[in-house]
Amino acid sequence: MSDLTQESTNSSPIISISDMSKWYGTFKVLTDINLDVKLGERLVICGPSGSGKSTLIRCLNRLEAHQKGSIMIDGVELHDRMKDVDKLRTEIGMVFQSFNLFPHLTVLENLTAAPMWVRGESESEAKKTAMFYLERVKIPEQADKYPRQLSGGQQQRVAIARSLCMNPKVMLFDEPTSALDPEMVSEVLEVMTDLAETGMTMLCVTHEMGFARKVADRVIFMDEGKIIEENEPNEFFTNPQSERTKLFLSQILQH
Amino acid sequence: MYADTVIADKLVHKPHFIIGLLVAAGALFFLFNITDSFLGHVLSPVIGDPASSGLYGRFVVAFMAALLLVINIVIIGFFPRKLQILAVWMELLLLALTLGIVFNLDLAFIKSKLWFMITQGVFTTLYVSAISIVIASILAIIGAVAKLSDNGFAFAIASFYTSLFRGLPLLMQVYIIYLGLPQLGYVVDAIPAGIAALSLCYGAYMTEIFRAGIESVSRGQWEGSRAMGFKFGLTMRKIILPQAIPLIIPPTGNQFIAMLKDSSLVSVIGVWELMFLSRTLGVKTFQHIEMLMTGALIYWILTIILEAIQSRIEAHYRKQRS
Repeated sequence: MSDLTQESTNSSPIISISDMSKWYGTFKVLTDINLDVKLGERLVICGPSGSGKSTLIRCLNRLEAHQKGSIMIDGVELHDRMKDVDKLRTEIGMVFQSFNLFPHLTVLENLTAAPMWVRGESESEAKKTAMFYLERVKIPEQADKYPRQLSGGQQQRVAIARSLCMNPKVMLFDEPTSALDPEMVSEVLEVMTDLAETGMTMLCVTHEMGFARKVADRVIFMDEGKIIEENEPNEFFTNPQSERTKLFLSQILQH
Repeated sequence: MYADTVIADKLVHKPHFIIGLLVAAGALFFLFNITDSFLGHVLSPVIGDPASSGLYGRFVVAFMAALLLVINIVIIGFFPRKLQILAVWMELLLLALTLGIVFNLDLAFIKSKLWFMITQGVFTTLYVSAISIVIASILAIIGAVAKLSDNGFAFAIASFYTSLFRGLPLLMQVYIIYLGLPQLGYVVDAIPAGIAALSLCYGAYMTEIFRAGIESVSRGQWEGSRAMGFKFGLTMRKIILPQAIPLIIPPTGNQFIAMLKDSSLVSVIGVWELMFLSRTLGVKTFQHIEMLMTGALIYWILTIILEAIQSRIEAHYRKQRS
């Protein structure tokens, strides 16, 4: 029995993208994307700006719609007539570049909002979960402050904790450290690394190559809406296959 | 106002401005012949009897008046900014009040009607406006959300509503509602009819204010909220509107001030508000101007009070946001 569940979690992908394409009007942003992500896997997606990497992960919780191919999340296909997008979204955490915390709510209220309003949890229950995750991102003392009173790094950690409160199956990170001052990047990456160690399935769009090396199971390189290369991190960085990957790596690693 | 760190020479102390003003004001006073005025009588030792002083007298009086004006402006020009504002305000106010003297108003008559104008007129004006602004705000929220939704019916109805009620004069709406509804078998009192007209008209204008307020909440808030699984209604109610309302309240206060004065239009259907009383109380004794001036002054004072409250509210929300 336990073997069986073990096997099923290992073999069947939680996210399965096949031949997926997306257009903005007549402009093709994503071309024939094929990608499977297994439960517990950690992916880093990188590539030059405009390569479609953010669009790709925004398609996974349908903040963007795709026009061709299919996306299966946990065995459910995403398409435009799906009624349960909202339910699916509660199971996919999303962390944005610009945090998108709710400025009129306190940190604690930001965290308890979804569990209470969407899942109908009691206030005390939601608060307990919220404090647990605030401890995990190491800022329990900020619970009663408003987001604007926090530094960028703290805000992003709150945003991560907010997603975790819904106990998601997958976490999507859309350039989570790009809007941060340099000295705050590491505190956010630390929280993400901790999260990876708990076995969370993570898809991160990021340019933090140190993080990719340390945490990722696979690195995906995208350019012009296509997946150009994918490999395990060591191989990816030391032995890139395509010219474009080499160029990209030389550009971001030369400093 | 943003403080400018570059100080320019004061315009009112520049020679060409002073001379220009003297010439222009002198010419104007000469043109309108103010010889037979208070100033003319003061100057009678110089020009003799003002009435028979001819062009000479007319010129001297006009020149002296212009000179006084220029000296006054130059002196005020030396004041610090705050005192300057106060002095100019006071002088303009005094000028406006002298109109009252020119009209030779019967103060005793005004005094006898004033209390009634306030208890009946101001009270009715305020409560008609207050109820209307509340209903208009509700209509505006519904209209704004409808205009922003994907739903074709909602958008069509909302845009038809705003187009129609912004496209008709308010006075016409007042008449149509008051005179039209009885033809359909619904007899409405003047006050509800007036409130309906004001609410519908202002609701249409305020829909645009509310829509702009909602749209100024960043897209990221939508996405953050939707990405957590909040549905449209929940996102609106709990995330977007609470952030939009602080932006919406100041312009809504402005609309209220405007409505206070537009509510005078319901006087045409016989609502005993301030305008109606200003127009009717003096009729019997032909003291129209007394009542009109009193009504005008009351409107003005009400507006000043509301503007003060309004700027406090604005300051409050400015502080809250920073």
